[in-house]
Amino acid sequence: MSLEVRMVKITIDGKYYEVKPEKNLLESCLSIGIDIPHFCFHPALGSVGACRLCAVKKFRDIDDTKGRIVMSCMEPVTEGLIVSVDDPEAKAFRASVIESLMTNHPHDCPVCDEGGECHLQDMTVMTGHNYRRFDFPKRTYNNQELGPFISHEMNRCIQCYRCVRFYRDYAGGKDLNVYASRNHVYFGRHEDGPLENEYSGNLVEVCPTGVFTDKTLKRHFTRKWDLSNAPSVCVHCSVGCNTIASERYDSLRRIMSRYNGAVNRYFICDRGRFGYEFVNDEKRIETAQISPGKNKKPEPIENEQLLSSLHQLFSRNKKIIGIGSPRASLESNFALMSLVGKESFYHGISKKEYLLTKTVSDFLQNSGVHTPSLKQIEKADAILVLGEDLINTAPMIALALRQAARNEPDKEAKGKGIPLWNDASVRELAQDSRCPIFIATPFNDSLDEISKNIFHASSAEIANLGYAIALELDKKVPGVKTWGKDIQKLAGIIALSLKNAKNPLIISGVSSGVEGIIHSALNISMALLSVGSNVMLSLVLPECNSMGLSFLPGKSFEEAVLAAEDKEIDTLVVLENDLYRRASEESVNELFDRSNHVVVLDHLINKTTQKADILLPAATFAESEGTIVNNEGRAQRFYKAIYSKNQVKESWRWIENFLKISDENNSVSWNRLDDVVDSLVNELPLFSKLKKYMPDADFRMLNSKIPRQTMRYSGRTAMNANITVSEPKLSQDLDSPLSFSMEGQQENPPSSLVPFYWTPGWNSVQAMYNYLDEPDASMKGGDPGVRLIEPSGGSKNIYFNQAKGITEVQKDEWLIVPVYKIFGSDELSSVSSSILQRIQEPFVLMNQKDADMITLNDGDYVQLEILKISLRVKVKIENSFVTGLTGLSVNLPGMPFIDIPGFGKFHKL
Amino acid sequence: MISILRSMWLTFLHVFHKTETVEYPEVKPYLPPRYRGRIILTRDAEKKERCVACYLCAAACPVDCISLQATEDEQGRRYPEFFRINFSRCIFCGFCEEACPTYAIQLIPDFEMAEYDRQNMVYEKKHLLISGEGKYTGYNFYKIAGVEIGVKGKGEGENEEKPVDIKELLP
Amino acid sequence: MKYVFIIAGILLIVLSIAAGLIWVERRLLSVWQDRLGPNRVGPFGLGQVVADTIKLFFKEDWVPPFSDRPVFVLAPGILMITILLTFAVVPFGPDFYVFDSNIGILFFLGNSSLGVYSIVLGGWASNNKYSLIGAMRASAQMLTYEVFMGLSLMGVVMMADSFSFCKIVEAQKGGWFFIPQFIGFIVFFIAGIAETHRLPFDIPEAEGELIAGYHSEYSGMKFGMFFVGEYLGITLISALVSTLFFGGWLGPSFLPPVFWFLFKTFFFICVFILLRASLPRPRYDQLMELGWKILLPLSLLNLLVTGAILIFLK
Repeated sequence: MSLEVRMVKITIDGKYYEVKPEKNLLESCLSIGIDIPHFCFHPALGSVGACRLCAVKKFRDIDDTKGRIVMSCMEPVTEGLIVSVDDPEAKAFRASVIESLMTNHPHDCPVCDEGGECHLQDMTVMTGHNYRRFDFPKRTYNNQELGPFISHEMNRCIQCYRCVRFYRDYAGGKDLNVYASRNHVYFGRHEDGPLENEYSGNLVEVCPTGVFTDKTLKRHFTRKWDLSNAPSVCVHCSVGCNTIASERYDSLRRIMSRYNGAVNRYFICDRGRFGYEFVNDEKRIETAQISPGKNKKPEPIENEQLLSSLHQLFSRNKKIIGIGSPRASLESNFALMSLVGKESFYHGISKKEYLLTKTVSDFLQNSGVHTPSLKQIEKADAILVLGEDLINTAPMIALALRQAARNEPDKEAKGKGIPLWNDASVRELAQDSRCPIFIATPFNDSLDEISKNIFHASSAEIANLGYAIALELDKKVPGVKTWGKDIQKLAGIIALSLKNAKNPLIISGVSSGVEGIIHSALNISMALLSVGSNVMLSLVLPECNSMGLSFLPGKSFEEAVLAAEDKEIDTLVVLENDLYRRASEESVNELFDRSNHVVVLDHLINKTTQKADILLPAATFAESEGTIVNNEGRAQRFYKAIYSKNQVKESWRWIENFLKISDENNSVSWNRLDDVVDSLVNELPLFSKLKKYMPDADFRMLNSKIPRQTMRYSGRTAMNANITVSEPKLSQDLDSPLSFSMEGQQENPPSSLVPFYWTPGWNSVQAMYNYLDEPDASMKGGDPGVRLIEPSGGSKNIYFNQAKGITEVQKDEWLIVPVYKIFGSDELSSVSSSILQRIQEPFVLMNQKDADMITLNDGDYVQLEILKISLRVKVKIENSFVTGLTGLSVNLPGMPFIDIPGFGKFHKL
Repeated sequence: MISILRSMWLTFLHVFHKTETVEYPEVKPYLPPRYRGRIILTRDAEKKERCVACYLCAAACPVDCISLQATEDEQGRRYPEFFRINFSRCIFCGFCEEACPTYAIQLIPDFEMAEYDRQNMVYEKKHLLISGEGKYTGYNFYKIAGVEIGVKGKGEGENEEKPVDIKELLP
Repeated sequence: MKYVFIIAGILLIVLSIAAGLIWVERRLLSVWQDRLGPNRVGPFGLGQVVADTIKLFFKEDWVPPFSDRPVFVLAPGILMITILLTFAVVPFGPDFYVFDSNIGILFFLGNSSLGVYSIVLGGWASNNKYSLIGAMRASAQMLTYEVFMGLSLMGVVMMADSFSFCKIVEAQKGGWFFIPQFIGFIVFFIAGIAETHRLPFDIPEAEGELIAGYHSEYSGMKFGMFFVGEYLGITLISALVSTLFFGGWLGPSFLPPVFWFLFKTFFFICVFILLRASLPRPRYDQLMELGWKILLPLSLLNLLVTGAILIFLK
């Protein structure tokens, strides 16, 4: 922080401390390292003083010997504050609070999934309550079925209210609430059914005891102490939330959020938390396979034989083409690029996506507009969302937006002298006041409730609104007024709001597939920058490494098809990419037909892998180390949680084998990931920052690697005893400074290498306090990740000309825009069995009037004809669509690639 | 000097004492029920597995020779999918028995487990699980726990109230 | 030819006693500790001796790479040789000895001094701090006790007027020397324990402090030689005690003289073992103090008094 913060001096148990003002006493104590038991306080949720556990004694002055008990979470730190944490009365008070909370707590720990990482267990031990004196019958509750993600066991509830405060107040959920009264208070839904909120998984971490637990973990339950963990990065969208991936018995057991003060902090969305199951799926490719001839079924093959058969494919003077992937790591894509050369490297995304991503990437590198981290998004005070359905394409940005909405009331609270951590008071004061958020999307989403103005229109109209705002801000912006008065008026309001804001934020993305929307968003941010505004621009990209891939030279998929038309391809290498999701079936088939040999590296069986002559098992994020770049331009590394014992290998390791064959000079020798990164940095200086940030594989703490396993990792001498009673050598991890062991320095590794949270006395996720500078701030030693793009000084005034939008609706045809779903539109997570239960069948959205026109009702099925594709879809009524505009779900399982927005026809079935 | 001679004399007198050695294979010694020998898994009075796969025995084991995997049946009753003890590592300390919250794991006075092949010292669940209750009878964890897994309904356990009717309006 | 038989006979007796002592010691210790001891291999567990010997021969004969190899190999041999040589002058019966040296006692004292080299070199060559400490202790201990071991025998020499063992035995026909030379006997016996570094004076080995002292690094038959050497030492000291103070082969004539000699020797061997069974190990400084401050003056006093009495009687 650049500003010097005035510190206040307080006395705790006779010792002097200097702490930051504007914090409460509990937070201050936790950041100093004084453990005060607490339940209802959560750094992200603030204090409400409900549980009464964090009692300490406060003294009036030095002469005051009696003091009085106060709740530390509700006590602001003021100059000269004298408190005692160790005071016997305060201790007895806390012990009695725990005892009363425990009166109805069931005898469940052995069968409770929270056991071993339970905040209630920690607090009970911390207060010293160890014997139950309550002999009377215990209160019981009936449980609810809360869908595929969360288990419910209400008997264990201690009524701290954290769940509803997170679910309703923080994440904006509607369907979890408090029922009944007095000691019968019940947290649940009004009836059984899946929790609808996209962040429901965080209840697992927010709940201090075992009321809400991870249902996917239950299927292969493992205690926290038995998990072997690795710091990982979510691969299911472009936000790049930090996660902890946990392994036991060679399978991935769960994903938890990993704190990164600049990115996701405490929470992750349900797609990120529950999408991991694809790693353990039976569709996983675990052996290398080779087909004996064209269009024959591949058969498994041993590594040695495989290499000899690869020899002819990758020998010199062959025409080899490589197709990369936005879901593969930077290193793997770079390895492929090195194999085939820059000219023959294709990004493996459709031309439209390629162009839009390229535009975004070039703009961000050259314009000087700042891309905000999620934390900075939360600080924005005027926000424009242009054409992006954030809840479904970048859920964590949507969550950040909800927090940003509170900036306005927070200012007001400050003015009235209410500290921001005093959550209930701030919310009471705020009521419905919010900071200006403008949302322009084709249809309604749940963020609309926090927005000031909503604009539902076709993509072209949204683009027009964007151009209008840009023109309103800066008259130099090229553009012709082709829009109506209402747009002009709205543009005026928005432009004014953005101009007056201290930290205006523009959010857009490529999911709409409309150039105009992106261009207009870029124009607005450029215009704001030119008027000297501190503008931030967040652009959502389709996949986890779309940004990283766009930094590599390469071409779109369509150009690969063109190249194949020129000259037949000898060997086609497809890297972790299901091409049938990227382009029309004919074009992909054509490419495969014109390739003599197709080598595919991937995790899961899909349509593309079925076309492979040689199919190689590629490691997922859980089995490999790699770097991905999120939409902010932040490069983050994930580390392997599973040491794969079969043929599964990192893609770059496979490609290195090819390279050794094709390159007779042996100029490339990559033994470990750092070598690939070195080559990458040499080749492309843009990535030079990668070297600065990450501790490389030689990093050691106290001469040892950082252990992935907890100190109480059990079963070492028995887990493999069924195979052989002699214990195997520990798996060695060449690529990272983490070890597959429980031995080594457990305390506070560098922030990017935190495999799990544990400190003495803190077994729950709350142990993370000790990894942070202070609750809710950045991690000790700085937040993980390195921003590859920083705004350079002089702006270059890049403006885009107004693109020609899709204009008139023709007779009988409907303009169809893409509708993304958080569950289903992402390729890998939609294989996960829990998420599969939440995926809807392919659908179209249209408003009631349009539906009436062709006599359709909600739930009817129609045959959709679009771009020579015929598809049976379900009709859903969504009245926020303007007439003539419909939405089609994108990439749900069972749907072919459809290039939308576009025009289509419906036939009633 | 005298004390040296005295202690030599006293030691010498032991020639006339009875030997304490029990000649083991021919004479079987008495072992009390709480002798810490071979480890077993027991069942409750209803002949259901007592083990709830809580992993506490594995965590308590100082030589890490217990490994298991929890799973659930249709009713939600948790039990170990596999339960393995590597007796070639076991030191018979009995910590697992102390840690067990359900009396499932018990050490019994049987120690004759020698094998020529070390691999045979690895005991799986089928070798460990007996059909009786072992040393401790009459205890059924699920009657005391709060979960509902088919042993008892909500509020029907020992010392439990009927489930709360959350729609009730009375204060 | 007769010499060959005698040498063979003595070697056979001595070595089988030393080997058998492994079993005898374990059985006796167990008797005094209310146990049974080895009773499984062969009748009364006698096969244990054979089993142990086979085991020793078949153990890996490992020479540590950090050791001084030639010295390391040589050291245990020195011990065996010096002790076995001493048996040459010990009369088993009136005509049952290798040779009757007129400086028998000096020969014994000289050989036992050479025995120290075995231990010092073994500990040094092991190149291990525990071995070295053990060796240093052994050398100091043996030097100390050798001083008055020799002095304590001078009373006997004066009384018998000879250094020859045969003459000394014959001189006891009128009465065993342990009565007039009681102090000499006690001092010699204690010095003998210390010289063979048996318990309670096994300070060079002191397994609680030094693992196994000077032979920590030894294994296989090299260790076996140290092991057997120790039993040979016991046998030798016992044989000498019976020869010098208890009339050697002398005894009632219904049994052959060799039997009486062996019987007396065996008795003292048992006393050695009883000492082990009953006494704790003193501290190192206590051991040195006992040697220099009590036993040395005592033996000098003994020498003086014996001399004075002899002169007076003449």
